[in-house]
Amino acid sequence: MTNKRLSAAVAALVLLSACGSSEQPQNLTGAGATFPNPIYSKWFSEYQKLHQLIQINYQSQGSGAGISQVTEGTVDFGASDQPMKPEQIEKFKTTRNTGVLHFPTVMGAVVPTYNLAEVTTELNFTPAALAGIFLGKVKKWNDPAIASANKDVKLPASDIVVVHRSDGSGTSFVFTDYLSKVSPDWAAGPGAAAAVSWPVGLGGKGNEGVIGLVKQTPNSIGYTEMIYALQNKLPMGTVQNAAGKFVKASPASVTEAAASVPMPDDFRVSITNPAGDGAYPISSFTWLLIPETIKDAAKKAVIVDFLKWMLGPGQAMAPALEYAPLPAAVVTKELAAIATIK
Amino acid sequence: MATSPATVPQSSEGSLFKRLRAGDPIAHTLTGMAASTILTITALLVYNLWIGSELPRSLFGWGFVTGSSWDPVAEKFGALPFIYGTLMTSLLALLVAVPVGLGAAIFLAELAPRGASDALTFMIELLAAVPSVIYGLLGIFLLVPFLQTVVVPVLVATLGFLPIFQGQFYGVSVFSAGIILAIMIVPFIVSVSREVLLAVPQDQREAALALGSTRWESTWKVVVPYAMSGIFGSVFLALARALGETMAVTMVIGNKPEIAASLLAPGYSIAAVIANEFAETTSRSMHQQVLFELGLVLFALTVIINGAARLLILSMKGGSK
Repeated sequence: MTNKRLSAAVAALVLLSACGSSEQPQNLTGAGATFPNPIYSKWFSEYQKLHQLIQINYQSQGSGAGISQVTEGTVDFGASDQPMKPEQIEKFKTTRNTGVLHFPTVMGAVVPTYNLAEVTTELNFTPAALAGIFLGKVKKWNDPAIASANKDVKLPASDIVVVHRSDGSGTSFVFTDYLSKVSPDWAAGPGAAAAVSWPVGLGGKGNEGVIGLVKQTPNSIGYTEMIYALQNKLPMGTVQNAAGKFVKASPASVTEAAASVPMPDDFRVSITNPAGDGAYPISSFTWLLIPETIKDAAKKAVIVDFLKWMLGPGQAMAPALEYAPLPAAVVTKELAAIATIK
Repeated sequence: MATSPATVPQSSEGSLFKRLRAGDPIAHTLTGMAASTILTITALLVYNLWIGSELPRSLFGWGFVTGSSWDPVAEKFGALPFIYGTLMTSLLALLVAVPVGLGAAIFLAELAPRGASDALTFMIELLAAVPSVIYGLLGIFLLVPFLQTVVVPVLVATLGFLPIFQGQFYGVSVFSAGIILAIMIVPFIVSVSREVLLAVPQDQREAALALGSTRWESTWKVVVPYAMSGIFGSVFLALARALGETMAVTMVIGNKPEIAASLLAPGYSIAAVIANEFAETTSRSMHQQVLFELGLVLFALTVIINGAARLLILSMKGGSK
């Protein structure tokens, strides 16, 4: 008798917990961009503290891997530093029989960093100077292209050693996207992509590789994520924006860059070289790639809830890690777009 | 050799059981399976690389191996700078590592007291267990500054007239990659060569000494030639490691797909470019398939070099007899 009662009670408990509870144990997997990995790790761990049965596992293998894997369905969501190209979206549609939605999460910036022993102030870089340096046309530090923007700085007559990324990356994409916009020679030459054929320079692997090379090579210049430059206390150059002002990269100037560009409905936009006085010209969004239709209702509920949380309390965590939070208008638009996930 | 027929009962009843108990057929089958497993895996690997690189193979043909441009945006790819970098770094690594490794092996096997020899060998073999990334960090933080401040200025001052030591040295270069590879492959050469030298029968040494040679003459003229095939084997092992080494090379080679006469210029190797660019390529895109084709090229390179070296040794052995 007691046994029957006990087993009945246990069965009832199991049934109750299975159908009554809104917190199912859920395991989501995502893969993609390395740039937002610190903030995504923080978000997923904070989210799990609030919803203890939900575990979101993110692997930062690169934007390309993120796009491939979400297209093939091996992960529940992807992440990319560049929006998917039309061919990639088409392939997603044919492979998964549904569309893919882009949700911007945070913003970052790419800054020029340099190693000049004699120069202690911040250098100003015009678009022409940056393009010329990375094209190999501006060869010396005291070239007029650089000196004209830095009149009270004594620049050495030494050769510029260019450092770029050897691995494909969203950082390179943002930087080359900017250079393509400000320099017709660059657009006709290397172009904008995660990996290009660099006319000059040494290649370092990862942001850490570029920074390591710049730190060790005198008279060198490289480009890196703003966060790495801030955390490693590297000299950062200011860049002249479309309004003619020399702007230093900071979460505020990056958010302003995003605010001055109209956001399309599919959220796929490049915000390099925008209008706006205080806008930092080499900024970009980073996106989460979510399938338009999610068959598993429980997973869909988690993703929708996470996106809403990310746009709310999540955004407040961004500045502490030196990421720029999304402008308010974009947040509103995204909250509306979440409803389109079927 | 098969078991002698006399010990195997010929009658059918019970003979299978007795033959199985004899063990040889089982041993043959199992070891044969192990060998064919390795061959099967290798064949599957090559097959995978082959079909994974279909698009660029049909598009570029043999021009891939002779082309020099590397433009992922315009989709123009050529493997020559990477083949050059792989071969140059491995060659430099062998040129430095073989004398050092062989010298160390001879010292440890022949000339050092046994206790010291065992302890030193243990430490050298530990070096083989250090991960490649650690060697890369060692390279970029210790070796490159050391080369920049001490070694290369001396090299340029004394041998700077040679085209291989000309041009600006930025630290990261084919030279640095060759040196770090040499450090990585020395433990392989030392440990295998030492074992082989220790295995040389003692009467060879005694015979040489009895004929009036010095200690060094007996070592160099008798023991080492006797162990030569084993030493070559260790060099092949080291070469295979050097050809495929990825992380350490990519951190110190400069990652610039260009062929330069000077060793002091930055370069690129096949394994390094695959490691660098694979993660951002999208599945089955042209870029990714080109990287597969580079893997196929590296495999072919390894086979060709190993095959040629073994043919060379065979001809040397045939000639000396």
